[in-house]
This record gives sequence, C-alpha cells and structure tokens, in this order.
Amino acid sequence: MSGRLRTLAGTTASVLITLFGLTVVPFFIGRVMPIDPIVAILGDHAPPDVVARVRIELGLNRPLWYQFWIFFRNLIHLDLGRSVMTTHPVLHDIGRYFPATFELATAAMIVATLIGVPLGVLAAVRQGTRTDHVVRVFSLAGSSIPVFMLAMLSLVVFYAALGWLPRTGQVSVVYDGIVPRITGMLVIDAAITGHWNTFYNALLHLVQPALVLAYFSMAYITRMTRGFMLDALRGEYITTARAKGLSAARIVWRHAFGNIWVQLITVLALTYAGLLEGAVVTETVFSWPGLGQYLTNSLLNADMNAVLGSTLVIGIIYVFLNLLADVLYRLMDPRVR
Amino acid sequence: MSAAPMTSGTSLRAWLLSDTPTSRRQAGWGRLYRLWCDLRANPLAMAGLITIVLLILAALAAPLLAPYSPDAQHLSNHLAPPSAAHWLGTDELGRDILSRLLWGGRITLGMVVSVVVLVAPVGLIVGCAAGYIGGLPDRVLMRVTDVFLAFPRLILALAFVAAITPGITSAIIAIALTAWPPYARIARAETLAIRNSDFIAATRLAGASRTRIILVHILPLSLGSLIVRVSLDMSSIILTAAALGFLGMGAQPPSPEWGAMVASARRFLVNAWWVPMMPAIAIFVASLAFNLLGDGLRDVLDPKQRS
Repeated sequence: MSGRLRTLAGTTASVLITLFGLTVVPFFIGRVMPIDPIVAILGDHAPPDVVARVRIELGLNRPLWYQFWIFFRNLIHLDLGRSVMTTHPVLHDIGRYFPATFELATAAMIVATLIGVPLGVLAAVRQGTRTDHVVRVFSLAGSSIPVFMLAMLSLVVFYAALGWLPRTGQVSVVYDGIVPRITGMLVIDAAITGHWNTFYNALLHLVQPALVLAYFSMAYITRMTRGFMLDALRGEYITTARAKGLSAARIVWRHAFGNIWVQLITVLALTYAGLLEGAVVTETVFSWPGLGQYLTNSLLNADMNAVLGSTLVIGIIYVFLNLLADVLYRLMDPRVR
Repeated sequence: MSAAPMTSGTSLRAWLLSDTPTSRRQAGWGRLYRLWCDLRANPLAMAGLITIVLLILAALAAPLLAPYSPDAQHLSNHLAPPSAAHWLGTDELGRDILSRLLWGGRITLGMVVSVVVLVAPVGLIVGCAAGYIGGLPDRVLMRVTDVFLAFPRLILALAFVAAITPGITSAIIAIALTAWPPYARIARAETLAIRNSDFIAATRLAGASRTRIILVHILPLSLGSLIVRVSLDMSSIILTAAALGFLGMGAQPPSPEWGAMVASARRFLVNAWWVPMMPAIAIFVASLAFNLLGDGLRDVLDPKQRS
C-alpha cells in the first residue's frame, strides 16, 4: 500500500511540476514578443504620462520574476487577461468555444476507434498478407496527409460534386440560435430539447469535419492495435487456446484482444490529446466555432492574451489526458495492480 | 551473418561482406552495406527513398526544370486548368503552378533540413550527457522535456511564431524548439542502456574523460535510434511547416512555399480545385515518402521494434 501511495505522490508531484512549467512557457513566449504590450493596449499616440502610468499598473517596470509572480497569481485566480478581439475575459471565451471542439473531437474519436481498432486487429491476424499491406499503406497515408488536404478533398467530393453534405459551419443559418445553450454541444443540446430538425442539420454538419479528424487519428490507433495484437497472438496461451480447438474468432477477440484493450485505452487517451492539434486546422477549414478556430483568429489578430491563454488551456488538457491514460492503465491492468 | 555468400559478387562486395574484417573501416562499411541490402529488400521503403531523392533533385534543379518564372504573372490566363503549356495549370494570378511547386520544394525541404540540423545534434548531446551524468541535471532535463512534450507540437509552434513574427525563419525556430525533446529522450534512453556496460567501465578505468566517453563511445551508439526517429519525424516536420504556412504563420504569400500556396488558393477550391490541391498533393507525397523510408529504416535498424 505504501508503495502505491508513493507512486501516487510521485505522479502528483511530477504533474504539478509539469503544470508549473506549462505556465512558464507561455509567459516567456509573451515576453519575447517584439510588440510593446502598452502600445498594443493604448495605441501609438498615447501621451507619455499615460504610458508611464499603465507601465506601472501592469508591473512592467518591475523585474521579470515579479512580473511572472503577477502572471502566476492571476492564473491561480483563473484570470488569463482579456481578449482584445472579443473584449471578453479569455477564460470566458475558451469556455464558450471549447464545447464545440469537444463535440467534434469526441465524434472523431468514436469513428476512429470503431474503424481503427478492427482494422488493426485484422492486419495483425492476417500479418504479411495483402490485407496487411493495404492496411499499412492506408494508415501510413493517414499519418502523411495534411489535414487541410483531406478537408479540401472531402469538400470537393461530398459538398461540391455529390452535394450530400453541407459546406461549413456548425449548423445552417436558418437553425442558428434556436436551440438554448445547455452543454454548448449543439447536437446534444438539440437532442435534449427536442429540436429534431436542428439536430439532424447539425449532425450533417458534423459528419465532414469529424471524418477528416478521425482519419487523422485512425492511423496511429490502427498501427498500435496491430502491434499489440501481434505481441498478444505470439503468447503461449494463444497456442493453448488453439490446441483446445477454440474458434478463431473466440481466440482473436476474447483471448488476444481481451489482453490488449487495457493498453489500447492508453493509446486512445493519447490520440484524443493529439486530436486537439488536428482540430486547429480542421476547424479553420470547416469554420467550426471551436477552440482551434478561436486560436487561429487570435493569431491572425495578434491577440496575445487569447493565444497564450488557449495554448495554456490546451497544454493543461493534454497533461490531464496523459495523466488519465496513466491512471486508467494502473486501475485496469491487473498486472500493474 | 553465417558464411560469406558464394555468389559471383565483385571483389568490393566480398570485401564489404567479409566475416573477418581487417580494419575498423571495413567493418563499418560492411555493416552499412548489410543495412542497405536489408533496406533494398523493402519495396515500400525504396519507393520512399527514390521519391525523396527525386524531390531533392527537382528542388535543386528548379532553375533548370521550371518552365516559367515562379513569380511571372499572366493575369489573362488565371486559374487555367492543366494543359500542355501549363502541366499543372495556373493560379489566381496566372502563375505557372508547376514552376512554383519546383521552387517551393526548395523552401519546404530547406526548412526540414534546417530543423533537423538545428535539433538532432542538440538533442543527441543533451540526451547523452544527461543520461551519462545522471542525478540532478538528468532530472531537470526530463522535467523540461515533459513541459515541452505537454503541448501539441503545432500549437506550441503557433504560439512561438505569433510571438516572434510570422515568416520562414520564425517557423524554423519554432518547429526546432518543439522538436528537440523527443530526440533528447531517445538519446538518454539509449545512454542509460549502455552506460553501465563493461566497455564503458574499461574506458573509464583507462582514464578517458567524461567528455570523451560521451562523445566517442556513447554518442555513436545512440545514433541508430536517432536516425530512425529523425526520418519518421521528417514527415511530421513537413506537415507542421505546411500547417504553419496554411494558417498564415509560416512563409508569407508571394513565397511559393507549399502550405502558403494552399492557403492563398483555398477560396478557389470549388471552381478550380487544382490550384489549392496541387501543392497539397506535393506536401502529401513528400510526407508519405519520408514516412515510408522511416518505417523501412526502423525495421532495418531496430529489429526489436519490428512488427
């Protein structure tokens, strides 16, 4: 028991140190910026006495470590500053935009898992055959294709040529603003409140970005599943199972897969974290009103508080997903327990 | 290797495959030759390698190969579909897309090479030193890499570029800053695996300095894993650079950098799909080629991970 407690304490300590480090990076990125923060707030023509006053108010006349202390103290009070672009506090903006990203990433994750895991298992079972090579090329292509290319391809095919799916955005203008905001995830909000037309429309809008993002992450899931399955299929218990005359499906799914799904959970959590990166580009192409688009817009408007705030929040989510992967693995794998 | 092959190989081949190399040089070249033979047997990796060589040659020979100047505008002939005069069509200003792709290859490949040249030696030396010295420097280094690895690469690079100023140089610096931690991690892991070997102890007893042990004995042995990682990373670097260009944070518009070309042509997607699609395909081909090669190299250099 004390061993487990010590591991827990060690993990917590290292997460805390990492989180502290996470705050240092955006702070220093903010300080190397060639734009004078005072000019950014007041403009070029502010009178010198106002400039001097603001400099003192912002603590910019103080040493760097003191500035960091102010930055850190504000952070503890969940104050990431105000966005110049939206004039709202950055954290408020992030709370507004994040649910859409969460909705998109979760939809993509479900698709990627449902396709990627069986593909990986199939490739492992048929190792070295043509199926295996096709799966390998398919997944290598997934990790080589620029996300924006996939998004454009999808638009050309499903929107322009076939006309099956709507172009961009989260919902058509007609349905905009009808559904009351509950979770911020439009598809779910529409379903809860029974706005089925909006639900159907929003779901159609979700298909393209979700599929694009899913392919992006499927490559990794497939590759890892294949690797885990190959290792599992080499186990002696598999030979035993075969000798007992069990069916192939039972051996593959119950005996081999039953032993790798815990490892897979770790992979899925990591993939989920990686989706945040793909979401930046996907959301930009599909005008999806999520955190990624908020980040790109702030970048183009040199809205540094918003950029650093979203970077920090994404970093924190990333760390917690990693931690979650670690904890789940410890909880569920009897060998680690 | 069991017996020397009895095929009608040339004397060079026999020298390379000798089971009893007489010099260190012969053993080294022999090892490389065997790796090359392994790699040659993997058609996908060879396809990747050939594509990369062709891309590099095309980029180097851009002034000779490009049929037009990359900046020559021809407004009356804008958004022209692929034809005999313009193999890949023309863009919104009537510039020849093929010529721009050839010149743009220099920028894209140049960025990749710059990042690797900046990052690989630093990661290697830092990782080996931390792994060998251990203690506090090692713990500090691992925490620092943790912090850098805690951000998705593209997002950290975006924040860096936004803070400096958008452009190719900033993009290279930003990608380099986000790319070094995995290299340091790998070099450290390799070092930990060999630091307690007998031959290191023997070298230490012989009076070799710490610097010498790290640089001469540990570093070369960590190189194999690092090369695999670099070649697999190339594709991710290409994609990050392209994404930066696409989001307007990398190379800026008149430049024929592939990501920037896609960004400025995106609005013509529905009417003239080839304008944004051609540079996107170029990025895809380059990135796929590096992935195929990296995959093959991993199988050859790191049989432990072969699956």
